[in-house]
Amino acid sequence: MRLGSGTFAACCVVIEVLGVALFLRGFFPVPVCSFSGTEHQTESPAPEPSAGAISNWTKLPPPLFSKVVIMLIDALRDDFVFGSEGVKFMPYTTYLVEKGSSHSFVAEAKPPTVTMPRIKALMTGSLPGFIDVVRNLNSPTLLEDSVITQAKAAGKRIIFYGDETWVKLFPKHFLEYDGTTSFFVSDYTEVDDNVTRHLDKVLKRRDWDVLILHYLGLDHIGHISGPNSPLIGRKLSEMDSVLMKIHTSLLAEERETLLPNLLVLCGDHGMSEAGGHGASSVEEVNTALILISSAFERKPGDVRHPKYIQQTDLAATLSIGLGLPIPRGSVGSLIFPVVEGKPMREQLRFLHLNTVQLSKLLQENVPSYRKEPGFEQFKVSERLHGNWIRLYLEENNSEVLFNLGSKVRRQYLDALRTLSLSLSRQAAQYDVYSMAAGTVLVLEVVALLLLCVPQALSGKAELDVPLLSPVSSLLFYLLLLALAALHVVVCTSSDSSCYLCSLPWLAAGGVMVLISTLLCAVVSALTGMFAAGSRLSKNPLPSNSRWSELDLLILSGTVGHVLSLGASSFIEEEHQTWYFLVNTLCLALCHEIYRNCFVGDDCAPQRCPHAGEEFDGVAAAPQGKSTGPDVWELDRASKHPSPLEALRGPERWMVLASPWVILSCCRLLRSLNQTGVQWAHRPDLGHWLTSSDHKAELSVLATVSLIMIFVLVQKRCSLASKVAMAFGLLGIYCYRVAVGNLLFPWQQNNKDISKGITEARFVYVFVLGILFTGTKDLLKSQITADDFTVKTVGLWEIYSGLVLLAALLLRPHNLPVLALSLVIQTVMTHFVWRPLRHDAAEVTVMHYWFGQAFFYFQGNSNSIATVDISAGFVGLDAYVEIPAVLLTAFATYTGPVLWAGHLVNFLASEASRPAPETQASGTLYLRTKLTSTSMDGVKASIGFWSKKARGGSRCGGWASALRPLAPGGLHLLSALQTATADPWLPQLQAC
Amino acid sequence: MKDTDIKRLLYVHLLCIFSIILSIFIPSFFLENFSVLETHLTWLCICSVSVTAVNLVLYLVVKPNASSKRSSLSYKVTRFLKCCIYFLMSCFSFHVIFVLYGAPLIELALETFLLAVTLSTFTTVPCLCLLGPNFKAWLRVFSRNGVTSIWENSLQITTVSSFVGTWLGAFPIPLDWGRPWQEWPISCTLGATFGYVAGLVTSPLWIYWNRKKLTYKNN
Repeated sequence: MRLGSGTFAACCVVIEVLGVALFLRGFFPVPVCSFSGTEHQTESPAPEPSAGAISNWTKLPPPLFSKVVIMLIDALRDDFVFGSEGVKFMPYTTYLVEKGSSHSFVAEAKPPTVTMPRIKALMTGSLPGFIDVVRNLNSPTLLEDSVITQAKAAGKRIIFYGDETWVKLFPKHFLEYDGTTSFFVSDYTEVDDNVTRHLDKVLKRRDWDVLILHYLGLDHIGHISGPNSPLIGRKLSEMDSVLMKIHTSLLAEERETLLPNLLVLCGDHGMSEAGGHGASSVEEVNTALILISSAFERKPGDVRHPKYIQQTDLAATLSIGLGLPIPRGSVGSLIFPVVEGKPMREQLRFLHLNTVQLSKLLQENVPSYRKEPGFEQFKVSERLHGNWIRLYLEENNSEVLFNLGSKVRRQYLDALRTLSLSLSRQAAQYDVYSMAAGTVLVLEVVALLLLCVPQALSGKAELDVPLLSPVSSLLFYLLLLALAALHVVVCTSSDSSCYLCSLPWLAAGGVMVLISTLLCAVVSALTGMFAAGSRLSKNPLPSNSRWSELDLLILSGTVGHVLSLGASSFIEEEHQTWYFLVNTLCLALCHEIYRNCFVGDDCAPQRCPHAGEEFDGVAAAPQGKSTGPDVWELDRASKHPSPLEALRGPERWMVLASPWVILSCCRLLRSLNQTGVQWAHRPDLGHWLTSSDHKAELSVLATVSLIMIFVLVQKRCSLASKVAMAFGLLGIYCYRVAVGNLLFPWQQNNKDISKGITEARFVYVFVLGILFTGTKDLLKSQITADDFTVKTVGLWEIYSGLVLLAALLLRPHNLPVLALSLVIQTVMTHFVWRPLRHDAAEVTVMHYWFGQAFFYFQGNSNSIATVDISAGFVGLDAYVEIPAVLLTAFATYTGPVLWAGHLVNFLASEASRPAPETQASGTLYLRTKLTSTSMDGVKASIGFWSKKARGGSRCGGWASALRPLAPGGLHLLSALQTATADPWLPQLQAC
Repeated sequence: MKDTDIKRLLYVHLLCIFSIILSIFIPSFFLENFSVLETHLTWLCICSVSVTAVNLVLYLVVKPNASSKRSSLSYKVTRFLKCCIYFLMSCFSFHVIFVLYGAPLIELALETFLLAVTLSTFTTVPCLCLLGPNFKAWLRVFSRNGVTSIWENSLQITTVSSFVGTWLGAFPIPLDWGRPWQEWPISCTLGATFGYVAGLVTSPLWIYWNRKKLTYKNN
């Protein structure tokens, strides 16, 4: 079967994405869930166990607290309360923690440490899956059983003020609510005032049972200026005073009621040293949790240190405190100190309820639950409990009762711990079978790609894919049979659930067919290669020493980068690798330029005499790089007498200076945004600029960048788009002023901050206009077919439209990134690539490297915490899913996308100019694309496996689990670009 | 080119290596608490001084290209001054390159500069000794096929390996092992030193191995 190489590449990419998806499905565990999810209150609570005697207590125990106030402070790290900052800024809380009637804990949040999954964990007690991060943007209604649902069903009246996410999760559960949107991260006072302003009124009212307050300000401050900012202290004092207000009011009310009240102060996740959250560092995971109630009285001198518990424990505790059934999906265990003051019978009753709930969950999730140690412990303690009840009902000696009771209690606590642990571990199990299938698929595609590269290079841009013959071969059927047998065996024998097994038979069969087809194709391609190789081996192979230093660098850099991903630190600090490579690339270019400029003419006389056969041997030696294969060099030199000779005057100087210009630009950009993990907390220019004291400087910088963007983009556009561009850039400035990031010179203090919707839409109109004219030009050139200028102008207009969109979406302090990327592109095009006549492959790889480096210059990293969600809300009134996701993705991948766009432009404009070397570039271009695509695939797998090998620490895994998502996107993009750009190039060559 | 030449080259290189080894062990007799990692800057100074001294002495003794026609004192003085200026310039340009590579601009400036000095000692000083302050000659030696003697050939190899050593020395910095030698610029200086030593060792061997294949224009 003959395929065009573009089609082939596209097919390969599709299959590869499938393989990666399968792998990911296996890697990300299915969250533990209760299957009897939606129907509520059908089953009666478990009765008290009793051995022989009949217990009279079958109903749920009564609530322990009359009112519960949950004060959730976003990003309340443990040391904000228990550390030195807490002592300094939260005196009242510190007093409560040290001397008051309270229990304090460090609650460990499981990654992903993002608000929405954390709220779910707090309220349902379950471990939300990774997929919930994606849903963090658009929280759907929570269908699982939760404390809120149970409370609502029990007729409790709940009032909520704070983050809108809650309202989306529980749309009909609140008696009264006021949601605050959290997407305007720059605002950290109003979000909280919006909550606090209701407090006075609500605390006086008596018509509620549960009050939930979610304060966002602290998290916003963290995102803006990090955990060491002075703003944090102020915010903590504010929170302290709010806490004091609530507590005193609750105490005052308590005198009139019988039951005590409960005040819960907690954080949903922590805050990393950079101020973000999402990953799994200790700072992000540890949150403060304080339970305050007059029921927790303590004697003087009773020092309670904060204990470590799981965040999920809160749901079970709250349910018991409110006298509700524990949410079915909860994996948490009761926080025991809460019920410590109660009589023994009640304590045991609470523990029993919790254990029964956990063991039910275990039964639903683990087929072989009877073998679990936790379940056995549960059975033992239930039996003991029954005995105790019999003794109790027979009214035996109280001391014997107490001793036996404390033994039962210890048994229960052990059982709880084991059950909770094994359930959490259940959520952290990998589905090895699906992972293996995905890996095999990816590896086969990569092998096939690599084997077919020589064919794709052969000039026709077409290749034979050995597909039909293997399908009819015996090998194929044997393989298929073997795989099917394996599938049946694995699916019937395994204890835990497999994704592949849960698929319908047809889909699983499809995967099997795909795997065996590809394997056959690889095998037949291999045999074909060997056959061809044995024929070729009679002729001497052309030595592969035709590489210049630059090619060597490009190759070793690419390979080295892939290898470096084996170490998790290099994944976390991947930006360092790219900056390093780009710098080295610039220095290598510098070397090449200088040699061409100064030595090119001098060396001419001494070329000939000692060249020839002697040097072939030298080239094979390890140091061959320096004495080099000059035969080829001389050939090239004689064909094209040193290209830089033609340049004289200022242009020559520009060529000489260009690498240094690029290097300085890169250094500037590097200090703009600190990213990664180890050095992310270091001060950088970006933070300095975004702090509110430096608005004037930021405005000047943004203006300069916008002007630079205009100057660099406009010269290749048509007049109409020039004007549109100018207006668009003006609109961007107005938008940023309206949002409150920048200042007009005539307006010193801005009071009115709006969403800037009109301004942003004004810019969108121009973006669409420019894109439209560009597309129109392109289509026109397709029809007339020989008008290259129209085509290049069209392509450039599309590119400039993208630039305009990027300028709108990027934060103002990132505008220099955009401007300098344009500067570097221009300099490289005019003074490096064209004068030095690099071939398309080199140029492609350089574009790829720069694109990667710019991804990190923007301040991104491989952690999800650095994704700037606010870009998805530019010009939108409310959250609209598709545009928001698209805009966020574009803003995140601006660097790589723009460099890819520039590559298309560059290659198109080179193809249109009469240079001999670029004529053959199409296939080379394809080659590099193919290899870089397959590299991405390999990279993803390596990144994964390295993490997995690291002792299965799930926490560490999250940071790099995002890894394949980043290259996956790029990957897709470069592949699509291959598929779309490839048909153009043969056409261009034909002309 | 003869075997005696190669032998001389080998001895010269062994002396250079010896000077580096001495710079590690001798100072601990005179200075308290001296160790390569903890008092790194001191070691850097001592090492660069000793390598420079050995290079100069060897140059005066061995005289690989003793064909200076004019030997008036003023010529020698200007030549020496020029060499000094070249050395300083190379130090500063290396410093600039390190900063471009991401070394902190203001903090640790002394450390960065000493790394630049060390790297210059390993690369620029031998060049100055052998080729003199002659930029064209440098470019010739460091482009393909411009070597005219085994001395220049070994110079090429040691210089390139010092650069590559420094370059590779930067790789362990982002790793989270928390070792003392991961501090800036220790891993780079160690990389440069190892690269230099490796170049010193390999170049005579490599030249000896390829002695049949190497032909030089002037020989």
